[in-house]
Amino acid sequence: MIGFRIVKREPLPGWAKVVIPIAAIIVTLILSAIPILIAGGHLWKSYYYLFYGALGTRFNLLETFVKASPLLLTGLAVAFAFRAKFWNIGAEGQLLAGALTATALGVSLGGVPQPLVLPIVIIAGFVAGGIWASIPALLKTKLKVDDVVSTLLLNYVMIHIMGALLFGPLQQPGSSWPRSSAIIKAASYPILLVRSRFHMGILLSFLAVFVIWFINKKTTFGYQSKAVGVNVRAAHFGGINTTAVILWTALISGGLAGLAGVGELCAIQYRLIMDISPGYGYSGIVIAMLGNLHPVGVLFSSLFFSVIIVGAQTMSRMTGVPTYIAEVIQGMALMVMLIFLLFTEYRIRVVRK
Amino acid sequence: MANPKQPVVRMSSITKHFLDVTANKNITFNLYPGEICALLGENGAGKTTLMNILFGYYTCDEGEIFIKEEKVNLSAPKDAISRGVGMIHQHFALVPSQTVLENIIIGADSGKGIFLDLKSARQELLQLQERFGLQIDPDARVWTLSVGEQQKVEILKALYREVDILIMDEPTAVLAPAEISDLFSTLRSLVKEGQSVVFISHKLNEVMDISDRIVVLRAGQVVAEKKTADTNTRELASFMVGRDLLEIIEKKTLNAGQPVLEIEKLDALNDKKLLALKSLNLVVRQNEILGLAGISGNGQKELSEVLFGIREPIGGLIKIDGGRLKFGNPAAIIKSKIGRIPEDRIDTGLLMDLTVEENLILENHSSSEFHRYGLMKSRKIHQFSEDLISAYDIMTAGRDAVTKSLSGGNLQKVMLARELAGRPKAIVASQPTRGLDVGAMEYIHQRILQERERGAGILLISEDLDEIFALSDRIAVLFEGAIMGEAHGEEASREQIGLWMSGVKK
Repeated sequence: MIGFRIVKREPLPGWAKVVIPIAAIIVTLILSAIPILIAGGHLWKSYYYLFYGALGTRFNLLETFVKASPLLLTGLAVAFAFRAKFWNIGAEGQLLAGALTATALGVSLGGVPQPLVLPIVIIAGFVAGGIWASIPALLKTKLKVDDVVSTLLLNYVMIHIMGALLFGPLQQPGSSWPRSSAIIKAASYPILLVRSRFHMGILLSFLAVFVIWFINKKTTFGYQSKAVGVNVRAAHFGGINTTAVILWTALISGGLAGLAGVGELCAIQYRLIMDISPGYGYSGIVIAMLGNLHPVGVLFSSLFFSVIIVGAQTMSRMTGVPTYIAEVIQGMALMVMLIFLLFTEYRIRVVRK
Repeated sequence: MANPKQPVVRMSSITKHFLDVTANKNITFNLYPGEICALLGENGAGKTTLMNILFGYYTCDEGEIFIKEEKVNLSAPKDAISRGVGMIHQHFALVPSQTVLENIIIGADSGKGIFLDLKSARQELLQLQERFGLQIDPDARVWTLSVGEQQKVEILKALYREVDILIMDEPTAVLAPAEISDLFSTLRSLVKEGQSVVFISHKLNEVMDISDRIVVLRAGQVVAEKKTADTNTRELASFMVGRDLLEIIEKKTLNAGQPVLEIEKLDALNDKKLLALKSLNLVVRQNEILGLAGISGNGQKELSEVLFGIREPIGGLIKIDGGRLKFGNPAAIIKSKIGRIPEDRIDTGLLMDLTVEENLILENHSSSEFHRYGLMKSRKIHQFSEDLISAYDIMTAGRDAVTKSLSGGNLQKVMLARELAGRPKAIVASQPTRGLDVGAMEYIHQRILQERERGAGILLISEDLDEIFALSDRIAVLFEGAIMGEAHGEEASREQIGLWMSGVKK
């Protein structure tokens, strides 16, 4: 009889880190053919419009960047936290915390000198996301509360806080909808390219890639954070203040997600609405995994995701395949990547009994 | 006892490697029907590994296993169970919220199709209880039972699966004294009913009490096999710790200086919140190695963890070079210049997934020498790690090699290089050569002696008596959390130390 057994494999060489995500994307696209065919779409046409819709025209290309910006920030947020084994599933709530804070300030900072308004909004949004993430970090380090559960559940807490405020103090006067007033002009991100929505937040998110790479690679904090992620017991033994490291990691992680919320508010919606985020925080988890938790990897995987999301609109219009296919592809990408990652550490051995 | 019967289990030439550690080396082990065979040895001697192989939990790299005359190939515990081999681990596999009966039938075939047949299962259980004298209420919830009773449930669970070869892994470790004698009478009634039992232990007295035959393992090999009636604790102790080290150690005569490490009335709890260190006193001086001997589980782990800063004691004080040590804070301990060699270098000492360099700088990456405003000075760090790699002759592909690619001996060199780089005043080394080959062992010993000459005071915690005798200026014996006795290295006799280790005060 032949049986299979999963055994640990030798560490893979460095190039595997680049090849594996690319292979995962290719496999994902191949597998995605199945639901596209089931939906009655013409395969080549569907893929053609998927990519054409995302990259084919100037406007679409810039829209892809617009969409990538929040995905990139939440992806970085999750990747930075996961690297330290702080399992932050709460980027969604942290994003909302950022958007909420930006709204509160954006509608009320009329009296502040104009050039100061946007920096205040950005910093406050970052801090708000960070503080929201530091709650589960404190619970984890002080009371050993499982961070997967607490970060996830705090998302719902934040959604309801937002709902309460949007039906309460933040609700637009005279409106019966749960939405805020529009923010003042000085609080919105400048649009950098005409006839597009290409805004300053996109540059901020690219800057964040560099900053996170720099922290990871060049600073003692990045070193400590990695050590805590690899083995918290040995890091503690080696004199690292693991509680502080986890807390700061959470602050930065949540801050990045908060920035994503600021961007959506100050460059896209200009007012807070309940569905300001279509789940960017959750997509960030997938993007971080697909990017192998590396900031440059996250950059590329967020671009891939936004191509799929933006392109799916055109594909749907032209071929009748529903836009939900984008979510199917995203989910598939996560599954394929997780399976691929499993096989970077393990291999299947055939055993004869 | 010359047993005329055929063995029910025959394991021949069993070898098992874990990475570069040989856990079992060419072991031959027989179990005869109706006997209690003790498998005696120190922690890490390979007892549990050998039995996990018999239970199908590990597969051996070499060797053959015969169960009841039939050659078997066990790839999972279910294969072993189907041949009548059951194993009860130290940690029970019971569902606390379910009843005894429910726990016993979990995973066993008891029912018709998808339906449970609780009635006949209960009948069967009651018969088993009757036959083996294991009285326990089948409807009691497991969480309401004492540890000893839970162990009985585990035994019943094995019997219900028609096991007739029962392996018990350190079954007394979790029990109170009264429960131990209860367990022993259970085991006696089991063998009376034809069961065969393997009893894994490192406790000499218990083994003498319960077993018919004793197999002693040391460093993965069988070193002795004795009928219990023909041996005694002293002889067993000498088998356990062995005496075949051939290494010749030349030690300079040095006079011990000022005390560098003083431990006064130290009390500490173990993980189960029981008192593991009881008002412990120790002094280590400059230019001196104090060897701390003892059978494992007598407080070595807790003492070393307190000194490492990863366990907070509940009372007492520790002075380093006269200054009082802050407890439970590794960073403060590093600052007060203690070199720490943990027993568990793979999980506690080193970050196996980081590079060699990242491990070498762990303790001083935040010193001003290696960073400015939080930015790491990579050139200085590279220089530092390359110097250490060559000074300690660490065999590695380079400072950027991932640490888990190193062999056991080189891992320990990384550990030493990091801990000794700061020229510590006191060094606490816990089992520094466990699992290492002879060459690496000699290297580590030489390094420890060099540190002694440099002026450090060294506390060497070891279960290896040869190591203790070869290196120590003074020898102290730890027994049940306190110092049982202390002797000068030259004057100490193995007999005396052995008696202290087993708790006998002359």
